[in-house]
Amino acid sequence: MSRTSTLRTLAVWVAFAAVLLVLPMVFTSRTSLTVMNVMGIWMVFALAYNMLLGQSGMLSFGHAVYFGLGGYAAIHLIVAIKAQRLGIPVFAVPLVGFMAGMAAGALIGWFSCRRSGTPFAMISLGIGELVAAAGFMFVSVFGGEEGISGDRSAGPRIFGLTLGPQIHVFYFIAFWMFVSTLAMWAFTKTPLGRLANAVRDNPDRVAFIGYDPQRIRFLVFLISGGFAGLAGALSAVNFEIINPETLGAQGSGAVLLMTFIGGAGVFYGPIIGAAIITFMQSMLSDFTKVWQLYLGLLFVVMVLFAPFGIGGMVARILGAVKRGELAEKLPGWLLGTLGGLTAFFGAVMVIEMAYRIREGGRPFRAFGRDFVHTSPLNWLLAGIIVAAGIAIVTIAVRWRQRGTLGAALRFREVAP
Amino acid sequence: MSALVLTNVVKNFGAAQIIRDVSLEVPAGERHAIIGPNGAGKSTLFNLISGAFPPTSGEILVNGQKASGAPPFQINRSGLSRSFQVTNIFHNMSVYENVRCATLWALGHRYVFWRFISGMKDVEQRTEEILDLIGLAAVRETPAGLLSYADQRALEIGVTIAGGAKVILLDEPTAGMSHHETERAVALIRKVTEGRTLVIVEHDMSVVFGLADRISVLVYGQIIASGTPAEIRANKKVKEAYLGEEAA
Repeated sequence: MSRTSTLRTLAVWVAFAAVLLVLPMVFTSRTSLTVMNVMGIWMVFALAYNMLLGQSGMLSFGHAVYFGLGGYAAIHLIVAIKAQRLGIPVFAVPLVGFMAGMAAGALIGWFSCRRSGTPFAMISLGIGELVAAAGFMFVSVFGGEEGISGDRSAGPRIFGLTLGPQIHVFYFIAFWMFVSTLAMWAFTKTPLGRLANAVRDNPDRVAFIGYDPQRIRFLVFLISGGFAGLAGALSAVNFEIINPETLGAQGSGAVLLMTFIGGAGVFYGPIIGAAIITFMQSMLSDFTKVWQLYLGLLFVVMVLFAPFGIGGMVARILGAVKRGELAEKLPGWLLGTLGGLTAFFGAVMVIEMAYRIREGGRPFRAFGRDFVHTSPLNWLLAGIIVAAGIAIVTIAVRWRQRGTLGAALRFREVAP
Repeated sequence: MSALVLTNVVKNFGAAQIIRDVSLEVPAGERHAIIGPNGAGKSTLFNLISGAFPPTSGEILVNGQKASGAPPFQINRSGLSRSFQVTNIFHNMSVYENVRCATLWALGHRYVFWRFISGMKDVEQRTEEILDLIGLAAVRETPAGLLSYADQRALEIGVTIAGGAKVILLDEPTAGMSHHETERAVALIRKVTEGRTLVIVEHDMSVVFGLADRISVLVYGQIIASGTPAEIRANKKVKEAYLGEEAA
């Protein structure tokens, strides 16, 4: 690495740390602290997940197993710290979560990493269901349906943090999130990290340059399991409770969604995805009862039209800035965004009005106007808005393909 | 010592016998070509030697070490590296990353995750050497999947030789190339296999006769003749089975 790029990298990390320090001073409310804490947990989990999906090409449907087991190890330790008066600070509990996640990864990965592609995905799904079911059966270990709870404020303090108030928990999570992110980023710069990319692109060829692709998958799986366990431990400290549901399909699905929507192809993609989806989960439910539908819609649209995720878009914009092409490309992108938002608003109208056909409730309200679902005019309007949005997007795409806006507005392609 | 020894190698796929009792010895430093009609089993033979799958019976020695039944990475570590007929590189990674990954094991770096790869001076130096050698230094940052076909073939060779293996297997390295590109590829092959053992499968007879010290002719899974280019040209059986008018 050249000196300037080293300095730039350093600047990014210092800025990242500074943002983490300042965030709770900007967003001071209790709600925003709660949301940011959850975001931090999912960021670590999604980054860990992307070590598999984006970096090694391993699609797992059961990564919540390692998150959950890390969380259980943490909560048991927290309980023991209080009951046995162990001299261990709760601040260090995430390390135990890491080890638990890694140990579980070693056990399960030992056989699941012998396969790749679809068989690996199927095994991960099966193991996920198995462990989640076992979680409900072994009540003494997993606490049954109500789970196991602990008291995070017990034990010795570190950095003067009692971990009682939310703000202490914020800095606790921020610290571990920063350390984990740095470690996982550094991993991508090591020989094993690069070989993981090679296994993603072409595992067969890796075997012919001296490395065992199974071994590479296994090692990445271990490390990824470790960081998932660490995230689980953060969650255990944050909520002071963990139940067998944490091990199950919902968490595994959520982390996949976050990673994919954020962008599996760039390192920071999962961070964006975790932030956006956590935000949607906590905020959107105040505005609409069908917020999960929007999440699904977002996922489908991303898979279809932006498979590189939001992080991929950010990377493209940064690339254009670097090459000095931003001025040339920006108008097309802005037009596309405008079209996308228009179509999205139309879709929102359709969804909200459709929901009220059966479920009733107060009419959908936007821009200071009520849109009543019984009026056919509103349905027509929604249809027109969706069509207009799609038309604008189409023009934006053709603008890029055909070079000029004039050519994009023609119905047929005209030879120049 | 012979670089490569095959003794009574047989490969069956179900009831079909694809390789029938092949014995072959390639001395170190020789450039050896394997020719034969389509479906003769040339690529299968390469797959057996490089460990893509094990022979049904018989023994293969690479640099004196037993290769039959060993996984490909084991065989690679005993000093044999191969290229593929269909370009087989890491498509989403840059040209530089492709070559760099291929240098690691031979330079003694194992499954390392506690050191930055950029700090490994030996890796960097070797990667630069290979990039210069294959003439792709100017496109180092380009994703391998976006290279032109001829450049991808050159990268394929670069990835194959980056580990410094003593025995190089090239599977149709000039397939699908124009006349001019073929000339470039042959020059490259000559350069990069200097002082090493080369086994090459090739359909272009001008390449084979220009490059090889010795040639083996594989027909229906059997070697029907082995010898210098002159001997093969004069061989009656080969003419009947394969070369026909082409060699006359």
